[in-house]
Amino acid sequence: MTILEKFSHLRVAYEQLRSLGSDPFTVRFDGVLSPTEGLREGRRTILFGTNNYLGLTFDPSCIEAGIEALMQSGTGTTGSRIANGSYDAHTRLEQALADFYGRRRGMVFTTGYQANLGIISTVVGKGDYLILDADSHASIYDGARLGTAQVIRFRHNDPEDLRKRLARLPQAGNKLIVVEGIYSMMGDTAPLREIAQVKAEAGAYLLVDEAHSLGVLGRQGRGLAEAAGVEADVDFIVGTFSKTLGSIGGFCVSDLPDFDVLRVACRPYMFTASLPPTLVASTLQALNRLQSDPGLRARLLSNSRRFHSGLDRLGFRLGADATPIVAVVLEDRDLAVAFWNRLLEAGLYVNLALPPATPDGSAILRSSVSAAHTVQQIDTAIGLFAAVGEELGVLSPRPLAAMA
Amino acid sequence: MHALDALEERIVAELRAVVDPNIEISRNTDISRDLGLDSLTIMNFVMKLEDAFDLSIPLERLPEIQTVADLAKTIRDIQAKV
Repeated sequence: MTILEKFSHLRVAYEQLRSLGSDPFTVRFDGVLSPTEGLREGRRTILFGTNNYLGLTFDPSCIEAGIEALMQSGTGTTGSRIANGSYDAHTRLEQALADFYGRRRGMVFTTGYQANLGIISTVVGKGDYLILDADSHASIYDGARLGTAQVIRFRHNDPEDLRKRLARLPQAGNKLIVVEGIYSMMGDTAPLREIAQVKAEAGAYLLVDEAHSLGVLGRQGRGLAEAAGVEADVDFIVGTFSKTLGSIGGFCVSDLPDFDVLRVACRPYMFTASLPPTLVASTLQALNRLQSDPGLRARLLSNSRRFHSGLDRLGFRLGADATPIVAVVLEDRDLAVAFWNRLLEAGLYVNLALPPATPDGSAILRSSVSAAHTVQQIDTAIGLFAAVGEELGVLSPRPLAAMA
Repeated sequence: MHALDALEERIVAELRAVVDPNIEISRNTDISRDLGLDSLTIMNFVMKLEDAFDLSIPLERLPEIQTVADLAKTIRDIQAKV
């Protein structure tokens, strides 16, 4: 028995999971060949679980920008922005993000997790209220825990429940509502128009985390707020560089005139080392690519539709309409683990998501589609889902006529 | 054993809906430890209670709640402040 005894229940669950096949938490790729292919145990594996929505991780111009910055400015900043100063590229990236969203100010964080942690823990404080969607990402919950505001949850994607909970709060104190553009597990989007209306009626502030919707939704790729036509009602947009933009880091943009005061108030911004120049440069270039090549988004959309409708036709229970996140929902946890293992053995990598990380206690095989997937890769993935689904009795065997 | 007051009765009634009928529930029952409920069921149970009493229990107050009696006390505190 050690100081870690309190985690014994986790250890038991983890050991049980490992006894059923490969360890989903430590899958190791010996090489990553492209945005959509990796080498695992000597064989090519199609990647359908990497959030690499626009497939920009191997974009030649992003790689080139990264190398150039690496050669010019070195491997790292070795300190925080407030202590060591900013590099020119940090401020250029902040300006580029603000311009992209049509906002006055932008602020860059070292990870997307820290962006939520920092903004959510800082913009509301003692005497204020944070109102979170119950299915919020861990970074949002952790931001809530780090801060001093009272934290209230409303039922997932339920504007009426939000309205009711806001009405219960006293007049005094700022209220910040936090929702996500696309929810990462099920791929569903927030009913943002209705939420924006509730927000306006209550005189609250609204933060939308567009981590999975940046570059995916909206005519210009600005996310759900753009797609829903409510950008003016959103006070803070938070996002990440680690999905669509293919690197790592996080940001927040806003029109608040005094937004920059956060640079000396927001601890997860102040007390961590800033992003290395090479990542800033490749992120900037990825943002350029996103804006200058609408074909990327069109391909992502058509790939998402193809994959979603393929699995839908097979008869799987799916999480939401076609977004790049496609969740196959299975009732049984052991079945999901077996399914996931069989897919991996067959050369297809998806994400295995189990309770408590999933809504409604469901077990999920979560796929993320990329603009870089070929039609052939998508059809191979659908075929593998069909084969394993039949083998494990999730799908009834197809009549011969349908296989033609 | 103390008799349940009206508020505790109500909490127990809501718990009965989600707990194995063979498990006994008293005011000293530890809600997360003794009832075999997962965190999601507990969250839904709390939300149902919030609706029943038309109040919201802030997330940061959940750690102070272990037993049925603790939950009743927290609800009473919040009601007193509104």
